[in-house]
Amino acid sequence: MWTWFYRLASPPYVFGVTRALYPWLLAAAALLIGYGLIAGLGFAPPDYQQGDAFRIIYVHAPSAWLSLFGYTLMAVAGAIALVWRIKMGHAVAAAAAPIGASFTVVALLTGSLWGRPMWGTYWAWDPRLTSELILLFLYFGVMSLRPAFEDPARGDRAAALLALVGVVNVPIIHFSVEWWNSLHQGATVTKFAKPSMPPSMLLPLLSMFFGFMFFYAAVLCKRLRGEVLNRERLATWVKEAIDTHDA
Amino acid sequence: MSVGAWEAMGLILRRELRLSFRRPDQLLQPLVFFLIVTTLFPLGLSPELSLLRDMAPAVLWVAALLSSLLSVDSLFKGDADDGTLEQLALSGQSLGTIVIAKTLGHWLVSGAALVLMSPVVGTALGIPVAAFGTMMLSLALGTLTLSWLGAIGAGLTVGLRRGSVLLSLIVLPLAMPLLIFGASATDRAITGMSPAGALYFLAALCVFTSSLAPVAAAAALRITLE
Amino acid sequence: MTHDFWAMGGYAAYVWPCIGFALATLAWNIWSANRHYTAALQRARRALAMAASEAA
Repeated sequence: MWTWFYRLASPPYVFGVTRALYPWLLAAAALLIGYGLIAGLGFAPPDYQQGDAFRIIYVHAPSAWLSLFGYTLMAVAGAIALVWRIKMGHAVAAAAAPIGASFTVVALLTGSLWGRPMWGTYWAWDPRLTSELILLFLYFGVMSLRPAFEDPARGDRAAALLALVGVVNVPIIHFSVEWWNSLHQGATVTKFAKPSMPPSMLLPLLSMFFGFMFFYAAVLCKRLRGEVLNRERLATWVKEAIDTHDA
Repeated sequence: MSVGAWEAMGLILRRELRLSFRRPDQLLQPLVFFLIVTTLFPLGLSPELSLLRDMAPAVLWVAALLSSLLSVDSLFKGDADDGTLEQLALSGQSLGTIVIAKTLGHWLVSGAALVLMSPVVGTALGIPVAAFGTMMLSLALGTLTLSWLGAIGAGLTVGLRRGSVLLSLIVLPLAMPLLIFGASATDRAITGMSPAGALYFLAALCVFTSSLAPVAAAAALRITLE
Repeated sequence: MTHDFWAMGGYAAYVWPCIGFALATLAWNIWSANRHYTAALQRARRALAMAASEAA
């Protein structure tokens, strides 16, 4: 049952699998994001309170979700690498960091632009916005720590530890809207029993969530290939792998 | 002759304090820095005490944060440079014991000193005497938490070129919740409201950090020393 | 694609830059990942070539 897990620790296996998966993941992402944007921007009815401005949710919510998911993935991959000494974990963590950071920036910027018409301000120091900003700083910290070491393996381990220390922030961001009085609205999509959105609004949003996830997976595959190559440059399997394939 | 963990902690703590007091200039520098930073704000903003009072908690806390970062940089550096750190690691005592002792030693000469200095600085910033109790308690809890966070950062960056900048980059985001609640507690005390909620939260943060930070800092040292 | 669509009920100045940011970030991610991979590939090829010439 665990063979799939063990295989994921093997660099040549991962190198091959990511090559095969990349185009499919990207295609799925394109389809889902395309439908989500067209349906959400063009066909979903305007919100009775926010009018057409609510459509920002179609990029804001998936980005914010990815920023949290990406950090958690980075922390878990690093933890697996630290505890079980599976070096692939470090490669995944290193690949995941810049992707997650970029979506954190999108979440903050789109949130800011959404806040201006809705709350009257581009920014507010409320718990969710502040902790999301802290998340961005944590990403930068991890991304700066890794290359600071002369020994790359040591840098990997230090970055993994730092990511773990910072992962405490993730539940704080998620629950901040419940624990504190916040300008930011509560959960929209997690209430599956009684969703607060009609299907015409909800379906494109779900499509965007899944589309962004597939996109994340695709980009992660590409970056992971680079990370694996950087760490396994002189291994015997590399020569054959990069000779037979051009990319 | 094997030394128990508590004994070892006491020995290392006493060593830390003795070494710190041997270099009084190094001891005083972060404290002077704290005083200077708090002076910058009235100079830059306004000498009106009534206006300063509003931002006094923030000024106090930011100055304490920066001063603490300055001094925590050398938490492990001296011992790492002359090989003492490796000797301690090989001594058979757990790295956790060593980290706890060194961090407590650091807090006693930096954070605790800041707490004692805070009434003077508080008066200069217009904080009413009635709020001093909350101010000092929040600073005590906060600087201790900062010392723990700094220990993690110091453990990760000891021996790195430009490690001090990285240390700040790593520790400051982690310290932001601390700043929010610490300043909030003092602020509420100044305006006459009950600071209990914020103080409880600070205490919770302190306990949480005190229990987990030694583990993290020890792991960081293990990575650095390998 | 009516005028109403582009006007976004008056919120066009907020909605369209958001969509733009998001799409730009998606594009950046693809471009950056590709650049990262190509650089790694080149470095690997160079390392293998050096190892081969040393062995020769």
